[in-house]
Amino acid sequence: MTTPRKPHVRRQYWNEPTMGWWERSYLLEVARGLAITGGVFLRNMGKWMTGRKGALTAYYPEEIRADYAAGNRGKHILTQRPDGRPQCVACNMCATVCPAQVIEIDAAFDPDDPAHPKYPSRFEIDYSRCVFCGFCVEACPEDAIRMVKETPDLPGFDRDRMWLGKEELLNWQPHADVAKPYPVRTVAEPGRSPDA
Amino acid sequence: MTAPDFAISLVYIAYALAVLLTFGAILTWVERKQAAIMSDRIGANRAYVRIPFTQVKLIWLGLFHGMADGLKLLLKEDFKPLAYDKLAYALGPWLAIVPVLLVFAVVPFGGTLDPGRLFPSLAEWFGGRTYPMQIAPIDAGILIVFAFSGITIIGAMLAGWSSANKFSLLGALRAGSQLISYELVMGLTVLGIVLIFGTVNLGTIVERQSGTVLGFLPAWGIVYQPFAAVLFLIAGIAENKRIPFDLPEAESELISGYFTEYSAMKQGVFMLSEFIEIAVIGALFVTLFFGGYNLPWMNDTGFVFPGGHAVPLSHGWVVVLQLLTFLGKVFLLCSFQILVRWTLPRFRWDQLLRFAWKFLLPLAIANLVVTAVALWAQQA
Repeated sequence: MTTPRKPHVRRQYWNEPTMGWWERSYLLEVARGLAITGGVFLRNMGKWMTGRKGALTAYYPEEIRADYAAGNRGKHILTQRPDGRPQCVACNMCATVCPAQVIEIDAAFDPDDPAHPKYPSRFEIDYSRCVFCGFCVEACPEDAIRMVKETPDLPGFDRDRMWLGKEELLNWQPHADVAKPYPVRTVAEPGRSPDA
Repeated sequence: MTAPDFAISLVYIAYALAVLLTFGAILTWVERKQAAIMSDRIGANRAYVRIPFTQVKLIWLGLFHGMADGLKLLLKEDFKPLAYDKLAYALGPWLAIVPVLLVFAVVPFGGTLDPGRLFPSLAEWFGGRTYPMQIAPIDAGILIVFAFSGITIIGAMLAGWSSANKFSLLGALRAGSQLISYELVMGLTVLGIVLIFGTVNLGTIVERQSGTVLGFLPAWGIVYQPFAAVLFLIAGIAENKRIPFDLPEAESELISGYFTEYSAMKQGVFMLSEFIEIAVIGALFVTLFFGGYNLPWMNDTGFVFPGGHAVPLSHGWVVVLQLLTFLGKVFLLCSFQILVRWTLPRFRWDQLLRFAWKFLLPLAIANLVVTAVALWAQQA
């Protein structure tokens, strides 16, 4: 024999909306909403009028946001020796470790610098394929490649134009650097070699 | 009609058309920018005009986005649905925009113009005649307004019916019932103003708003009829079918309602008529409730401040000041409508009709009764 089933009662998991006379009168609440949005409008407009920025959003490519995380892996830079030549010795370790295989290096011989006879005559990164993993930075024995936290001027209309070479990667002008004393002393400073 | 009358009429018509179309174009930009600033954004700012043969790009805060939109709409394919009523389909956009433009014919946009005093060399030709700054200074003012704004309903319904699309048809039905409901509210609220000023001639209504009440308050309609002002603005926004009353074109339910099947500039005409109607509703509101072209304590000869201090102005300055006052007030009203549009969520359909018939209509009738009783008590 079967026991009669109790009718299913759906559990109510929400609260009934509670509206006081203020909310139910609608127009008053509408006026309050208009006051809020109008206030925001006047505040932002006042900021724009007095030459400040009245928006939370950024002009994307032109303006670089200030709130990138300090450890964010952004665009690459090639560090320089004090005389402006690249610190890179064209050992190809970054190109080897790169999972996306976007780094291409041509090595060349520099007879003028006996301490670093091998240098990259061509160093290019294809930003259309780079995954910004940072392995190249970790692999580098010479601290020649680093990443800044921003990614300025990265977007483009043509993937063939997204190869950045030595000219773009080398023009880094750091103002302060805890890892290396950049900008460094002049080469002619007595008693110390540039690499010390 | 003599030659000077005709010339003046032509000038007025050109001015009104220029003002309305400029408002229609500028308001697309104002809407974008104001919405952006209200929501902490920057807003459209990429379109530019490059001066030929130079690299100078004029961006002007994104003012050219409207121009780019217009060009795009003009150049797009005019796509037509397969089965549609050709005549009604072609008539739809025109019936939407022409009445909106015509309403402005009876709206006074300035005081009295004396062209002989403005241009002394033409004084003889004009023969000392003066003209109210109003294209059609006729007694039926408000009635004309309602007659023409009633025609826009036909435009929306024709457009929806003729496009042979169920979404369009639903949108058209909604437009029809919504416009009829809110037209009623609008008419009843305006009746209060008509009772107070004793005329339906918009020019006379504005003239009667030029004095002061209690010695310092400007005698504007909103001082006599604050409730009617609020109700009129609500009904006006509903007439314009904009958020929160945009049920006829509710994009989440009806794609874009009665003009779903319109493309290219025909759709652009619907959009333009919506933006022009913002300005027209602003102009009507200003005329009925905000004293039209009147500034507080100003008359045809200059300012007379409550303390008795008078600043006389020449006729030319008065005319310019009145024109600018009217435009400025209309612009403020447009901005307020855009504020409403970007603040409130859309009604549900039953809420929309209930709001009109159970809330606004009783309030409008109550307002009318109270006004009538107060006037009767005053006269008795």
